Amino acid sequence: MDTQVNGNTKVDIKGLAEKWKGKRGNLIMILHEIQNHYGYVPREVSLQLSEVLDVPLARIYEVITFYNFFKLEPPGKHTISVCMGTACYLKGGAKLLDEIKNMFAVEEGQTTKDGLFHLQVVRCLGCCGLAPVMMIDGKIFGKVKPDELMNILSPYVKGEV
Amino acid sequence: MIQAKINGIDIKVKEGTSILDAAKKVNINIPTLCKHPDLDATAACGICIVKVKGGNKMLRSCCTPLEKGMDIITHDDELQEARRTVIQLILSNHPNDCLQCARNNNCELQRLAADFGIRTVAFPHVAKELPQDSSSKTINLVPDKCILCGRCVQVCQQMQDVWALSFLERGFQTRISPAGDINLSESPCVRCGQCSAHCPTGAIAEFDQTPEVWKALYDPNKYCVVQIAPAVRVAIGEAFGYPEGANLTGKLYAALRRLGFKAVFDTSFAADLTVMEEAAEFVQRFAHGKGVLPLITSCCPAWVDFMEKFYPDMVKHFSSAKSPHEMLGVLSKTYYAQQNAIDPATIYMVSIMPCTAKKYEIQRSEEMYASGYPDINVSLTTRELARMIKQSGIDFMHLPEAQPDHVLGEYTGAGVIFGATGGVMEAALRTAHYMVTGTDADKVDFENVRGLKGVKETEVNIKGNKIKIAIAHGLENVEYVLRRVQKAIAEKTELPYHFIEVMACPGGCVGGGGQPYGATDKLRVARAHGLYKEDDDKELQYSHHNPYIKKVYKEFLEKPLSEKSHKLLHTHYTGRPLYKK
Ligand code: SF4
Ligand code: SF4
Ligand code: SF4
Ligand code: FES
Repeated sequence: MDTQVNGNTKVDIKGLAEKWKGKRGNLIMILHEIQNHYGYVPREVSLQLSEVLDVPLARIYEVITFYNFFKLEPPGKHTISVCMGTACYLKGGAKLLDEIKNMFAVEEGQTTKDGLFHLQVVRCLGCCGLAPVMMIDGKIFGKVKPDELMNILSPYVKGEV
Repeated sequence: MIQAKINGIDIKVKEGTSILDAAKKVNINIPTLCKHPDLDATAACGICIVKVKGGNKMLRSCCTPLEKGMDIITHDDELQEARRTVIQLILSNHPNDCLQCARNNNCELQRLAADFGIRTVAFPHVAKELPQDSSSKTINLVPDKCILCGRCVQVCQQMQDVWALSFLERGFQTRISPAGDINLSESPCVRCGQCSAHCPTGAIAEFDQTPEVWKALYDPNKYCVVQIAPAVRVAIGEAFGYPEGANLTGKLYAALRRLGFKAVFDTSFAADLTVMEEAAEFVQRFAHGKGVLPLITSCCPAWVDFMEKFYPDMVKHFSSAKSPHEMLGVLSKTYYAQQNAIDPATIYMVSIMPCTAKKYEIQRSEEMYASGYPDINVSLTTRELARMIKQSGIDFMHLPEAQPDHVLGEYTGAGVIFGATGGVMEAALRTAHYMVTGTDADKVDFENVRGLKGVKETEVNIKGNKIKIAIAHGLENVEYVLRRVQKAIAEKTELPYHFIEVMACPGGCVGGGGQPYGATDKLRVARAHGLYKEDDDKELQYSHHNPYIKKVYKEFLEKPLSEKSHKLLHTHYTGRPLYKK
């Protein structure tokens, strides 16, 4: 059996299951440990967990996708979050998102092939006055127009940030 | 008992009755959208709100039990306005392309918008665009039409215990999908179609194959033949305004001929044939010790798929007999073709089934091509056939009845009850009794195997031998039965059953995933009743007395379980992974 998942050492699922056995909310606790270990929850680990815990895979995915904390894709070096709250959506958030998807050939929830950017959509970043809003690694950019994206992103591409 | 008032009308109901159900008793229909009579309330939509007189809190009547002394108001201006807002909010997130939707004229959301006379929507239109999924080739998922009522999830996870469908994400992003945005065909989905039969909107519908059938019917080089399953005859009337459970066999034959089919067969004939093969198999295992017990029926393809995915250890317990429509398919391209000097390559066989899973079954393994051709070319659901009849301009209501084609259309009462849960077992027991004793049982009916109880367990006496049987329908009921078998096998104790029947759909095929919308237990009972009545009315009620079954064995198949029967009428099973990805 291989001992690596995407370059990480494997988590001992059986051990984890044993550790949290019979405890309430154990699925979430186990998923937390997996997320912390890999930085995301790899599908093959979920499949294995489903078998060990005898919990349907669909249930595991319901939990993973319900909480923003869990990721299904390996993280990128930088995370771009585009807000799709009502205000941002109405003010052109969707255009921003499309533009970024085109620029890097990446879909939401995915990481670019080179691992540089992870693209995610968020509900509300709490600054609707600045709509449309995006965030890169915690830094907020407000009232962003699609043609400004190049300037905003190029320092990250060039490795200056 | 609880005493209360609804709209000023005094009412007495059992404790625990929801306000919604209580109101129905005094002829008040509170509008609903997410609640389905088969399922627990998810309280997702908020359309069913009511008020207690004097208070201003709105209660969801589908999930609130009526309490003693309550004075309920179901309709006033404030409630109606709130309902209008709810409908508008849903419409503001809905594609609203009703004219091109699979549920046009038949959609619960559309009906509600029509009843409430919604002409404008006061909110900006923000509809999701999500990819469709028709990969399973049995049902079509259109997630952007989903109103998040939760019915399909409850059906797939609880009623069917398959867990193919789930809600992913939350808030505006929430959507139905198999785990991790894979295709349905890569998921554990067993294609029962129950999600489509319960969805209030066009978000899940059958995979429409009527265009292929029209094309074949208009092709002069094709010799189109058709068969109808037992359960179709007692349900199709609902699409034409007939009373529940009306048996329309003769009209169906006539309509199919008018559509252009050159021969019209009845799957009930092949059900008689299945009984012969399966009963022989049972007798061989039970009386002659050849093969393992319990024997498990295999005529439901969703159940076969379920067993292959979830209980691969049970493979050797499955009857190797194919499902009836497959048997008829292979006979149409061998026996029928030879008898009538037709080139089987030109025969185009269409099955009309209550079922979505049969769309998948016809390609599930090489054995479905035993005639050297696809034994069945296309399998349509009852809903698809109803549309074809309407499109063709046939005045179904006033059509004189017709007869089926000879031999492959002649059946007994035992064949026609296949469409109801317990029917396969009952038909097989009638013949097994004869095969063991050489005489028919004193009483033709085995009442204990009928009805809608999830698991039916009983014993039958054949010549001093006690045969223990179990019947399950709705896949959630399988676990109890099979766990008992697994336990007895593991512990080498006495087997709990010798013979087990399973049908994936609640009520059996009469409640099939391809049947007209709106099935409730009451309707399932009415449909089943239509079949039992035909059984009672038939002169012949035993498959082994069907003269044409005897004829086909004599002229072609030799005898049950002969080499030829095995080659044409039997199949085998293999474990399959839950997830392909
Ligand atoms: S067809 Fe049956 S198994 Fe497949 S998703 Fe629908 S309910 Fe689940
Ligand atoms: S797909 Fe249909 S049944 Fe399922 S949640 Fe959506 S609207 Fe309800
Ligand atoms: S019970 Fe009947 S309708 Fe339902 S999946 Fe099985 S064969 Fe098809
Ligand atoms: S029907 Fe009661 S909340 Fe939807």
